[in-house]
Amino acid sequence: MTVEILATSLANGVMLGGLYALVALGLTLIFGVMRIINFAHGSLMMLAMYATFGLATRTGVDPYLALGVTVPGGFLVGWGLQRLAIAPVLGAPEHNQLLMTLGLALFLDNLALALFTADPRTLLTAYSASTVAIGPVRLNLPRLLAFAGALGITAALAAFLKLTVLGRALRAAAEERDGAALVGIPVRRMYALAFGLGSACVAAAGTLAVPFFYVSPEVGNTFVITAFVVVVLGGLGSFPGALLGGLAVGVVESLGGLFLHGSLAQIGIFLLFILVLLARPTGLLGAAHA
Amino acid sequence: MRELGAGAALAGALLLPLVVRSEHVVGTLTLIFFFAFVGQGWNILGGYAGQFSFGHALFFGIGAYTSALAFIKGGISPWLGMVAGAVLAALVGLLTGHLSFRYGLRGAYFALVMLAFAEIFRVAVTNWEWVGASFGLLVPLRGHAPALFQFADKRAYYYVILGMLLALTAGVARLERSRLGYEMAAVRENEAAAAALGINPYRVKLVAMALSAAVTALGGTFYVQYFSYVDPTIAFGPAHSVEILLRPILGGAGTLWGPLLGSALLGLLGEATRGLVRAHAGLHLMLYGLILMVAVVFLPRGVIGLLHRRP
Repeated sequence: MTVEILATSLANGVMLGGLYALVALGLTLIFGVMRIINFAHGSLMMLAMYATFGLATRTGVDPYLALGVTVPGGFLVGWGLQRLAIAPVLGAPEHNQLLMTLGLALFLDNLALALFTADPRTLLTAYSASTVAIGPVRLNLPRLLAFAGALGITAALAAFLKLTVLGRALRAAAEERDGAALVGIPVRRMYALAFGLGSACVAAAGTLAVPFFYVSPEVGNTFVITAFVVVVLGGLGSFPGALLGGLAVGVVESLGGLFLHGSLAQIGIFLLFILVLLARPTGLLGAAHA
Repeated sequence: MRELGAGAALAGALLLPLVVRSEHVVGTLTLIFFFAFVGQGWNILGGYAGQFSFGHALFFGIGAYTSALAFIKGGISPWLGMVAGAVLAALVGLLTGHLSFRYGLRGAYFALVMLAFAEIFRVAVTNWEWVGASFGLLVPLRGHAPALFQFADKRAYYYVILGMLLALTAGVARLERSRLGYEMAAVRENEAAAAALGINPYRVKLVAMALSAAVTALGGTFYVQYFSYVDPTIAFGPAHSVEILLRPILGGAGTLWGPLLGSALLGLLGEATRGLVRAHAGLHLMLYGLILMVAVVFLPRGVIGLLHRRP
């Protein structure tokens, strides 16, 4: 094994990790604000991927332009889902909230199965196989774009949360619900906003993945299970944790693929997950309390 | 009056395959009993002890693969393999339980770690040639061989699973009224308070896990003998974990009759929508998703909660 192969694999892992981070970011935002683990997160990504695929094949536009549809669309769908499905169980025991999002995921995944069949589809673009050389490492262009897009969106979201009044209100609602309500922050609307933003993130991740990843009704599950690993690794509710966790998982999977063939590479991720859960269930950067 | 009703229901269940000749009806009931059985297995841990597992397919798969492999590779009767599978599943349950409970994982974290354990098994089995990899295992048919858990007449499977379900229901009824049952309820309702009263929550949860795993594995062996086939996704996949927990939740988690009630309701619903569902793949799971959502909002204590509602 040459150094180039190792370096390329490492770089590919980082690229993929950026995308994982974006998926995990939405998950961790929703958890941070509402304390709900959203099992339907991957399903929203899958829907965004089908929307992108449909737009690109029907109208012939570049798949990246679909971001203009999937991001606002993801936001609206997330907002609506929060109001319709999540709000009624906010006061319910934790397991009922899990079951609600699980039911939602089952519904959406199988809706896609009924509408689009189980056949995986791949979108071929003129640049699907293009590479960019950075030193000795050749990077796949769509993966590089996905990575850059993921970083950009993460930065934008962080800026929104830190710098705007709305963002600060959202963080206040996350940190201290009753206190936030007391000073006049509409907490319920903040919850819908968080769900909308989280869904917009994962929708963006879906669109960014389409040029190099197949689309199928279960594709979201693949990503969301990885995203669970990422958020637990980074600490549920932690933003830098999601980014760091995403990159770590991307690298572990990519390097695992060098040594283990086929889907065995995933085992490394799950083992990592269990180890982290056991050693530090609040994650590497999570708060001290679980 | 209640005893009379139960006796009549039991007599009806015993006589039904002799009266109703339809293989379809008997097959539907067999599956209702089967899902009630594995649902009750999940219920011991998820309902009575309050530890929600999203990865019970792990134990189901261990049961199915252990007996099938013992039969295919060693010619060992699946009746023995069934016991071996249950013991193995209990051991795996103790291990995963020890790791989870020792470090205080609960709620969503416990649900997720069980999902991860089941996924590890699914991926490992998918990549392991000796156990059939992604093609799965086909149980060689020997015709009518009761000693090998194979029957030419499908009605025999109906009686086997009915017997298993009756024995399990009797066992869980006893568990409910036993010291362990009360300890499980105490841990479920308030772990800290239970610990303050001298109960060891770690031990209680571990025992519940082992029992739950063993029962679910017994169901796994029944499944593989009934269908003569199993593959990694059927056995260990997340979809199967959902199938296992759906019925007790719908019927009423932590209740004796919840799993059977939920299973009967879903079975009847499946029959009612069969024509529609056959035409479109995925429609029945879509329906399950919808049922789950509706049940969580409107029936937080399951259908059985409706029957016990106070005026």
